Amino acid sequence: MIEFHLDGRSGVPTYLQLVQQVKQAVRLGLLQPGDQLPTVKEVVSKLVINPNTVLKAYRELDHEGLVEGRRGQGTFVASSLPSPSIENHDAIRKGLLKWLDAARRAGLDEEAIAALFATTLHAAFFEEAA
Amino acid sequence: MSGTAALEANALGKRYGSHWALRGCSLEIPRGRVTALVGPNGAGKTTLLHLAVGLTRPTTGSVRVLGGSPHLNAGELLPRLGFVAQDHPLYRGFTLAELLKLGAKLNPRWDGQLARERLERLGLPPARRAGSLSGGEQAQVALSLALAKRPDLLLLDEPVASLDPLARREFLQSLLEAVAEDGLTVLLSSHILADLERVCDHLVVLSHSRVQLAGEIEEIVEAHRLLIGPRCDPTGLARVHSVIRQSHTERQTSLLVRANGHLYDAAWSVNEVGLEEIVLAYLARPTPAPAASTGHAYAEVAS
Repeated sequence: MIEFHLDGRSGVPTYLQLVQQVKQAVRLGLLQPGDQLPTVKEVVSKLVINPNTVLKAYRELDHEGLVEGRRGQGTFVASSLPSPSIENHDAIRKGLLKWLDAARRAGLDEEAIAALFATTLHAAFFEEAA
Repeated sequence: MSGTAALEANALGKRYGSHWALRGCSLEIPRGRVTALVGPNGAGKTTLLHLAVGLTRPTTGSVRVLGGSPHLNAGELLPRLGFVAQDHPLYRGFTLAELLKLGAKLNPRWDGQLARERLERLGLPPARRAGSLSGGEQAQVALSLALAKRPDLLLLDEPVASLDPLARREFLQSLLEAVAEDGLTVLLSSHILADLERVCDHLVVLSHSRVQLAGEIEEIVEAHRLLIGPRCDPTGLARVHSVIRQSHTERQTSLLVRANGHLYDAAWSVNEVGLEEIVLAYLARPTPAPAASTGHAYAEVAS
């Protein structure tokens, strides 16, 4: 069982924070296939948030095939996970490290790198969506 | 208007003497949601709630709750409505056991077990007098009594305004647990914006009786952006997006906009905005003239 936390200042919508935390827990192996997620009431009680927010997060995870709701029992991590965990992306990670190294040598500091990455990421996905 | 709304007001007005507490108010509160009714003091929030539960009658217009009129269908409707008034008043001389007994006598759908269990969980013995409880405890008792009615629609007037942060959290926790269990519809008024983004999923901003902003909170936050760029005239942009607030310095222009579709323009730095800032921007907008349909004008002249 995992426990959710909220970052009230992140600007990320609450339901998305829950979605991200489940995904992160799965990636890190804290959640295994078949594990149960906290019930809606447990999350509501712990975080003092609207039940519809929790339902929305669980629906989204269900939609992505990451969890499955079992009627009357609760929500469980799906037995076969659709996307491989990040540990299996060693090559991409190494490529990123190389890129970071190049960026640093070009004179960019951490903030500048983060800004460049964020705007490029946004532009790439925006153009894809448009 | 659809018949599925939990509450709908149509050109609703209430006048006390020569003062309009609410005037020309039209709005809809969806079912199955926790809706925040937000606005400055004097916006008409309390009057609207009192009209909705039949404590007072409209001067003009109409209000319907759960598809019926709180006056004409009072016998059928009132048992399905829960109401916690401002400062959660209780009969201070009554013990908790006596309050529960009163609730059982007065309410046809009373769930005594639920009320007893809730008070037990709060650690409040039945022999305690209501007047001896702390503000937070009184609020919890008032909520327990309202929930024991097993209402389909629960209305709360400024439920957390007078509570300290811990009591506020505990109160909202109790409320949301009940929503998770029973799926009841909640409408709560507040002039405090903190917590609302987490607790509520729907928002109605009321100012001078008029709805300034209404909708799903997530959609509202998602639709608004703060644009910062070199000084310019926003007229062109305003043809596509709604400009809620603008400010200019010699070199810079800042716009709070409600985006109509994608907002991506190299000329602007596009920033996310919190709910509180959005609501305050709407409240600060120049007020439209009060509802001036001929009916209201006539009523005023006739008085």
